[in-house]
Amino acid sequence: MATRLAAREQVRGTAAITESPVARWALIGTGLVFLGLFLVTPLVAVFAQAFAKGVGVFFAAHWEPDALAAIRLTLLVAVIAVPVNTFFGVVASWAIAKFNFVGKNVLLTIIDLPFTVSPVVAGLIFVLMFGRQGWLGPWLDAHDLKVIFAVPGIVLATVFVTFPFVARELIPLMQAQGTEEEEAARVLGASGWKLFRRVTLPNIKWGLLYGVILCNARAMGEFGAVSVVSGHIRGATNTMPLHVEVLYNEYNFSAAFSVASLLTMLAVVTLVLKSVVEWQNNRQRALAAKLAAQE
Amino acid sequence: MRLRLKQRSVLPGFGLTLGCTLLYVSLIVLVPLATLLARSSTISWEKFRETVMDPRVLASFRLTVGASLGGAAVNAVFGFVVAWVLVRYTFPGKKIVDALVDLPFALPTAVSGIALTSVYASNGWIGRLLEPLGIKVAYTPLGVMVALVFIGLPFVVRTLQPALEDLDREVEEAAASLGASRFRTFRRVILPTVLPALLTGTSLAFARALGEYGSVVFISGNMPMKTEIVPLLIITKLEQYDYAGATVIAVVTLVASFVLLLGINLLQWWGRRRAGGA
Repeated sequence: MATRLAAREQVRGTAAITESPVARWALIGTGLVFLGLFLVTPLVAVFAQAFAKGVGVFFAAHWEPDALAAIRLTLLVAVIAVPVNTFFGVVASWAIAKFNFVGKNVLLTIIDLPFTVSPVVAGLIFVLMFGRQGWLGPWLDAHDLKVIFAVPGIVLATVFVTFPFVARELIPLMQAQGTEEEEAARVLGASGWKLFRRVTLPNIKWGLLYGVILCNARAMGEFGAVSVVSGHIRGATNTMPLHVEVLYNEYNFSAAFSVASLLTMLAVVTLVLKSVVEWQNNRQRALAAKLAAQE
Repeated sequence: MRLRLKQRSVLPGFGLTLGCTLLYVSLIVLVPLATLLARSSTISWEKFRETVMDPRVLASFRLTVGASLGGAAVNAVFGFVVAWVLVRYTFPGKKIVDALVDLPFALPTAVSGIALTSVYASNGWIGRLLEPLGIKVAYTPLGVMVALVFIGLPFVVRTLQPALEDLDREVEEAAASLGASRFRTFRRVILPTVLPALLTGTSLAFARALGEYGSVVFISGNMPMKTEIVPLLIITKLEQYDYAGATVIAVVTLVASFVLLLGINLLQWWGRRRAGGA
């Protein structure tokens, strides 16, 4: 009881170092109003507009062929991009976090590059590589393969843009966890794969899950890069975000917001999963600290 | 001492994982970027200058940089308030607010774009409150800034939260015991300590805002010379088959992001040095 009180004081401070209640509530109020203006209102607006013309229109917007094609394409892209980038993320974090070598920082910066590049620039790069007048354009034409303005281009652009997400989550996590447990397992005779499966994976499972969730959210929601490479062909090369744009530009607002609300629900699920992951992570860490203190 | 390329380790799998990583990184990141640089090197200096000095291009640079700076500044102030409130105080619904801060990060940019436009348009929920005051948000540079505030908010808050949590309350107690008011303590003790984190978060928000397309392109109105952002200009040039022009602008944007990234890394290094030396 005494330690819990002291811990709370440590964070919230004694009377001498806390603001007056007026100041406190003024700050809380300002923060909440700001968030309300910029975050909550748009979020609520999506659902309000989606259901403005009734539930029937909401479902009709999803059940028509172009929307279904868009949903299928979005799912296809995610099913390819997320596992590929997860595999890479795990492999890269193992190499970077568990070993020390020359050029590690350069590699880290390169991995972060797709995160800093504007999505439109990313799309442009793929057009320059695979487009009609692109680098590989003539070769693709000769073999009758289409990358740009077709599904492969969309998949490639999404893989590029979501490339760093899992790695960025895992690398700091694995670096913080260090190499002691793995080294102990190795000394006890574990093979590489067994080591990874029994020692590393349980430790990183929450960070890995969160990285996968973020990667998926971005893969399904990517707009700028996909917009450049897709060609906007209705029913064929439109992902859900692009379909939303098409509907919006046709002033078909209820349909646009209906499809958008699907994506918004995905975002809300992402946020909820993130909270769950964080809660589990904190619980795991608190448990480990308690066990360590008991020894 | 012999120069070692890699520190000795008992752990297996280095060769395999590093090899995989390098292969993947080369294919997905390096080759595309090299293509951009190769294509841009085939463009003559005259074409480069002519594209960059074009009034429409210059106007879009001004808009993008100006609105990004404005948005980042707003986020610096209000993001600080939000981070402070989340770290220091408790209030009903705090956990939900904390999770909500990540919304711009999780929400597809096209969805945020149309949502913000519908809210801030003249007949929108907030737009119609501002219209009588003569403030038009949608389809103006102000609208662009609003969208960029939305998109940059998580960067500032999430960078500041760990820094604020790590603050040593004893130093504040010492300042209070020496007679400093809360505001003075904030100005002289707290703010300088979290300044690196604040600057890093603001720079991250700024860098993201520069390249942002989806959330902005709906609310901006896209009028050339007035509300056209740089990413849209790249797409417009592509649609007109002006590959060279689009490449030129893209390279300028890329170089700017690299310089910013370098600056942010330096900021983080400075912050770590200060924290370590304290």
